[in-house]
Amino acid sequence: MRKDEVPQDGGRVLSGGRKAVYAQDEQGRLVPTKSSGWEPEEVANLYAVHEFEALAETARQAALAGQRSPLEFHMYRARMDLALLAQTSGLWRWRIRRHFRPDVFAGLSERVLSRYAEVLGCSTAALRLPETP
Amino acid sequence: MKPEFEHRQASHCESGVTAILASESGVGISEPMAFGLSAALSFAYIPLIKLNGLPLIAYRMPPRAILRGVAKALDWRLKIERFRSPQAGQARLDALLAQGKLVGLQTSVFWLPYFPPDLRFHFNAHNLVVLGQENGRYRISDPVFEELVECEAADLQRARFARGLLAPKGLLYYADAPAREPDWNRALAAAMRRTCRIMLNTPLPFIGARGIHRLARSVERLDPQNEQATKSFLAHLVRMQEEIGTGGAGFRYIYAAFLQESAERLGRPVFNELAEALIEIGDHWREFALVAARMLRGREPMMPRRLAGLLDGQAEQEKQFFARLQRAI
Repeated sequence: MRKDEVPQDGGRVLSGGRKAVYAQDEQGRLVPTKSSGWEPEEVANLYAVHEFEALAETARQAALAGQRSPLEFHMYRARMDLALLAQTSGLWRWRIRRHFRPDVFAGLSERVLSRYAEVLGCSTAALRLPETP
Repeated sequence: MKPEFEHRQASHCESGVTAILASESGVGISEPMAFGLSAALSFAYIPLIKLNGLPLIAYRMPPRAILRGVAKALDWRLKIERFRSPQAGQARLDALLAQGKLVGLQTSVFWLPYFPPDLRFHFNAHNLVVLGQENGRYRISDPVFEELVECEAADLQRARFARGLLAPKGLLYYADAPAREPDWNRALAAAMRRTCRIMLNTPLPFIGARGIHRLARSVERLDPQNEQATKSFLAHLVRMQEEIGTGGAGFRYIYAAFLQESAERLGRPVFNELAEALIEIGDHWREFALVAARMLRGREPMMPRRLAGLLDGQAEQEKQFFARLQRAI
């Protein structure tokens, strides 16, 4: 890739910043060159972002409808899946799945809630609401 | 904080940080040299290890391989420390900074507030250098960013002690002694030989060129009717290839830059020719990403077998390339 071929596609994933890639100058030497973005990267990253957003929205609607607890929404909001939430919180998957039930979640102690809150980056109070804290 | 510190943007975090610390320790090396000297280039497709539910695809050796590889080559004592508590981790960091040391950290990407929101996923092997601290705010040279950044203590703590795969446990590292100029002939030859062995001779079928073929087989089996699963996998593949942390094509270019530097250091033009060949391979990886992205966008029909064919081609090209490199050393 030559310096003048380095993509400057812009986009949103770099938040307006630029990354460095190695590209050839006129003498053929690879030098660090700034890129404002590249479409395949944009497409792939936003696909992953939207996947979580969609999961979070479905979970949020389910929580508002009283079918799920807000915990599932917060998990996806924090871009985690069940495996990762289990790993980071130290709670077993089957227990977390139980806590997705509104009736079970409502009875959880502050202690258990704070284990979730810590790894999900919010307060225990925020966990009880299916909203972005 | 060192007033004369010059922040330079790098293509990859760990090689960028290693170059900074080594240069500070007396041996001025570039990011490509750090990458090549530590024999960091590789390929691994390990379906058993999952990142966000999707299989691990890595284009380099495991985290800290660059730091350790360069430390070994430069006979350079790099101290690595981990901590049981965030408080202990912060105290140690502050103490080292007070001594005027440059301190490298391994952190999560998700919890760094200066990271672009669309890139904040749970990846725990990011590297950065802390320059100093003032009133609970840290001044950071994060190599993949254009300028210096700042981070509040609480956020840095969270990033340093994030749990999950590759949990950093507050990992920090700093130079304990000056680095030494190596016998470049020997060091570069040994590093190149290691990389060739990894790419060609590893008996494990999911490493090296064989690993690329393995990935091709998995891609081939993707069901275009199951749009969500297939697209998820492809998006993951492109991200693993092009993302700051694991960039496949990017690493090929970095290694080609390393070969160019080696050609100069050793006075052997053959490494320049090899660099040209590797640049082309990197270009083809990028073309693969372009095609995959077009399929993701729906601009082209979803054809996993076509992508598998491209990957098989990559595997063959890399096999031939590293065989040539092996003969040239």
